Amino acid sequence: MMHASARPELSVNLKPTGIANTSRETIAPESMRMNISKVNFFYGEKQTLFDINMGIATNRVTALIGPSGCGKSTLLRTFNRMHETVRNARLEGEILLDGQNILSQDVTQLRRRVGMVFQRPNPFPKSIFENVAYGPKINGSNLTIAEIVEKSLRRAALWDEVKDHLHKSAYELSGGQQQRLCIARGLAVEPEVLLLDEPCSALDPISTAKIEELLVQLKDSCTIAIVTHNMQQAARVSDYTAFLLVGQLVEFNPTPQLFTTPSDPRTEAYITGRFG
Amino acid sequence: MNARLRWRKLVSGFMLTMTGVCALVAVSVLFFILGYFVYNGGKSINWDFFTKLPVQVGETGGGMANAIVGSAKLLLLASLIGVPIGFFGGIYLAEFSSTKVAFVVRYAADLLNGVPSIVIGIFAYALLVLPFKHFSTIAGSFALGIMMIPITLRSTEEFLLGVPRALREGSMALGAGKWTTIMRVVVPAAYRGIMTAILLALARVAGETAPLLFTALGNHYWSPGWNQPTSSLPVMIFTYALSPYEDWHRQAWAAGLVLLGLVLMVNIVARVVLSRGVAVPRS
Amino acid sequence: MASPSINVPSASPVASSRSFLSKLRNGDEIARLITFLFAATVVLITVGLVVELWIDSALPRHKFGFTFFVTSVWDPIAEQFGALPFIYGTLVTAGVALFLAVPLGIGAAIFLAELAPQKLSDPLQFFIDLLAAVPSVIYGLLGVFIVIPIMRQWIQPALKNTLGFLPLFQGPAYGVGFFTAGIVLAIMVIPYIISVSREVLLSVPRDQREAALALGSTRWESTWKVVVPFAKTGIMGSIFLALARALGETMAVTMVIGNTPTISSSLFSPGYSIAAVIANEFTEATGDMHLSALIELGLVLFLLTFILNGLARLLMLLTTQRGSGMGHA
Repeated sequence: MMHASARPELSVNLKPTGIANTSRETIAPESMRMNISKVNFFYGEKQTLFDINMGIATNRVTALIGPSGCGKSTLLRTFNRMHETVRNARLEGEILLDGQNILSQDVTQLRRRVGMVFQRPNPFPKSIFENVAYGPKINGSNLTIAEIVEKSLRRAALWDEVKDHLHKSAYELSGGQQQRLCIARGLAVEPEVLLLDEPCSALDPISTAKIEELLVQLKDSCTIAIVTHNMQQAARVSDYTAFLLVGQLVEFNPTPQLFTTPSDPRTEAYITGRFG
Repeated sequence: MNARLRWRKLVSGFMLTMTGVCALVAVSVLFFILGYFVYNGGKSINWDFFTKLPVQVGETGGGMANAIVGSAKLLLLASLIGVPIGFFGGIYLAEFSSTKVAFVVRYAADLLNGVPSIVIGIFAYALLVLPFKHFSTIAGSFALGIMMIPITLRSTEEFLLGVPRALREGSMALGAGKWTTIMRVVVPAAYRGIMTAILLALARVAGETAPLLFTALGNHYWSPGWNQPTSSLPVMIFTYALSPYEDWHRQAWAAGLVLLGLVLMVNIVARVVLSRGVAVPRS
Repeated sequence: MASPSINVPSASPVASSRSFLSKLRNGDEIARLITFLFAATVVLITVGLVVELWIDSALPRHKFGFTFFVTSVWDPIAEQFGALPFIYGTLVTAGVALFLAVPLGIGAAIFLAELAPQKLSDPLQFFIDLLAAVPSVIYGLLGVFIVIPIMRQWIQPALKNTLGFLPLFQGPAYGVGFFTAGIVLAIMVIPYIISVSREVLLSVPRDQREAALALGSTRWESTWKVVVPFAKTGIMGSIFLALARALGETMAVTMVIGNTPTISSSLFSPGYSIAAVIANEFTEATGDMHLSALIELGLVLFLLTFILNGLARLLMLLTTQRGSGMGHA
C-alpha cells in the first residue's frame, strides 16, 4: 500500500547499506519543486495512470522505476506537458510547479522551465555549438550565446572534449557524447527541473557511468527526475524513488529506504527480481 | 508572459495559418479546373460530339469521333508495346537478374522516365517516320509505348518483390518449376498492384500531346489501319484551342472535359479501388 | 520436368555450347532468357534514344559548335541557328515557376505533414496526386482561355502600376509571355513539390520535433528551425524534380508563351522555350539543317533534365541514408 504521507520525513536517517553514494546528504529537502496530485491519464478510452500523488524534491534526484509498461515514461512526460503532442492523450488532476498549476500556464514558457532529455540521443542536424545555442537563441538570454554554450557544456561535462570542435556536426560525436550534448542543450535554457527519460538505455556502460556522475553533480543547481528501468542505476543516483506498477504509484520513499526496507511487498518483489 | 514570447506565439500562429492557406490554394486549383471544365465543356457535349467528324473550317457543328477512335487505337497499340516490355522486364528484374544487371536496367528505366515527352517524340520520328517518309499511328503508339515502359517495369518489379518468399517456396516445394511458380503464384499475388500501375501508365500517356505532334500528326478524317496519320483527343484540343474559331474553342472545352474526366476517373479507380492495402507508385 | 544439369567445366567451345543448349531445354532457362531480352530492350531503347539524338544533331554541332548556345539569331531561311532565346525562355519560365511554386508547395507540405490530422492530410494528398495526373494540354487550355485574359486585364496592369519601376514589369503586356507561362508551370509543378516534401517531412524522426518543443519552442519554431532543416536534402530533391518537369514541359507553355524568339528583361514579353519551338517547327522544318538544329535542341533538353533528375535522385538517396544512419555510436 502507498506510504501514509507520500512526502519524505523531515529528518531522514540514511544508514550506509553497502550502496556506495558519498554525495548523499542528511539534510532534508526544503520543499517540493513539483507537486503531483490526483493525476489520472488516458489514451482515448484507456486509462494508463491511476491516482498518482507524489512530489519532485528541489535539488534532488527523483527516480521513477517499474517494469515495462508501468507508466513511468507517461508520467514523466506529463511534467512538461509533452503528452499534448499526442492527439488522444488526456490528463486529469493537478501538477504544480512552485505552487502554480502547469496546466494553466503557457506551455511554451513551461517547457523552458522544465526541460527534457530523451531516451535516444537526438541532436539536431547542426553543429555542436548550434545545438546548445538553439534554446537560448529562441528564448532570448542575458549572457552572450557563446558564454551560455560554454557554461552548459561544462555543466554537462562535455566542454573539454569538444571545445576545439564546436563547429563540427553533432553527429560526429559518439553516442554517449551526443547524449551529454543533449543534456547540455537542455541545460542551456537554465531549467528549474530537468526530466530524463531512460537517458542511458542506448549507451555503453562507460558513457552511462559518466552521465550518472554528471547527474549527481547537477542536482545542486537543478532539480532532476529520471525514469530508469535499471534499478541499480536508481539506487546509485537518486535521492527519492517512486515505484510504479500498471499505472499505479505503489511506493514513493527516500531511495535507501525503498531499496532496503520497502514498505510494500510488491516493491520488494520487484527489487529482488521476482518479476520485472 | 513577456512581450517576446507573445510575439513568438503570434508569429507561430500566423505562419501556421499561412501554411494552411497554401494547402488550400493548392487543392482548390483542382476543383477550380474541374469546375471550369464541367461548366464550359458540359455545354458542348452532345451525341454529335461523339459520333461526327469535324466539319470544314469556319463551319459550326461536327464532332470529334475520329479523335476519340484515334486515341483509342493509339493507346491500344501503345499498351501492346509498352506493357509486355515493362511486365516481362519487371519479372526478369525481380526473379532472375543479378544485382549488377538489375542496376543497369533500372537506371535505364529511370532515365527514360525523366526524358521530356517531346524528346521521345523526336526519337520515334527518327525511327518510324523518317525512314518511311510518312506519319503514322504506329509511330505515335511507339512513342507512347516507350513512355509506358518505365512505370510498368518498376511497378512490376516492386510488386513482385513484395510477394513473400514463403509463397514461392511453398510452390517450389510442391515440385513446380520457377516459371510455373512465377506465373501461377507470384504474379497472381501481385496482380492488383501491377494492374494499378498499368492503368496509371495508360492514364498518363492518354493525355500526352507532344510526342504525337510529329508522329501521329493529325487527321481531319478517319484513319484506316495503322499506317496513316491519325487524330487524337489531346492534339485536337491543342489545335482547336489555338484556332481563331469560337466553335472550335467550344469543342476544345468539350474534348478537354472528356479527356480530363477519363484520366481522372482511371486515376481515382486505380488508386482507390484497386490499391486497397497496396502502396501506389508515385508517377 | 527439369532435368538436373551438371556443370562440367570444359575448355572446348563445342562442349560449352552443348551445355548451353541443354540448359535451354529447361523451361526456366528459356524463361530467363526471354525475360532478359525484354529487360535488355529497355536498355536498348534508352541507349538508342541517346545515340539517335547525338547522331541526328551532328550537322549543327559541327557547323556551329559552341556558338549554338550563345547566338540569338534563329533564321531557318538563312540557315543560321542560335539557341539562346530558347534557353533563355526555358530558364526564365522555369525560374518564375519555381519562385511561385516552391514557397507555396513547401508551405502546403508543412501543413499536410505537421499540422493536419491524418484524416485530413491523406485525402488532401490524394487530391494533390490527382492534380499531378492532369494532362498538360488541359493546363494549356486553361492557360489560353482563363489565365491569359486575367493576366491581360487585371494582373499585368496591376503589376505595372505598383512595380513598374522594375524592368521586369515594363513594356507592352498582352497576356501571353514569360510570366503567364511561369504561372501555368507553377501550377503544374506544385503537386510534385508537395508530394515529395510531405513524405520527407513525415519521415523526420519524432524526437527531433519533441526535442525542440521540450526546449520551449513554439510549434512554428520547432517546424521551421528543426524539422524542415532536417528534411532539407529531400526538399531540395523535390525542387530539382519540379525543375526538371518545368524544363521539359511542352504543351502548356507553347500555348501561352507567345512563341516569339525574344530575349527581354520584361516578364511580360512574349518568348519561346526549347520544347515549344520543337513542337511548333518540327513538322514544317525547312531542310536538314533546320531539322537537325531542332534535334540538337532536343539533345540539350535531354541533357538538362538528365542532370537535374540525377541530382534529385542523389539527394533523395542522401536523405534516406541520413535518416537511418543517425549517430548512435
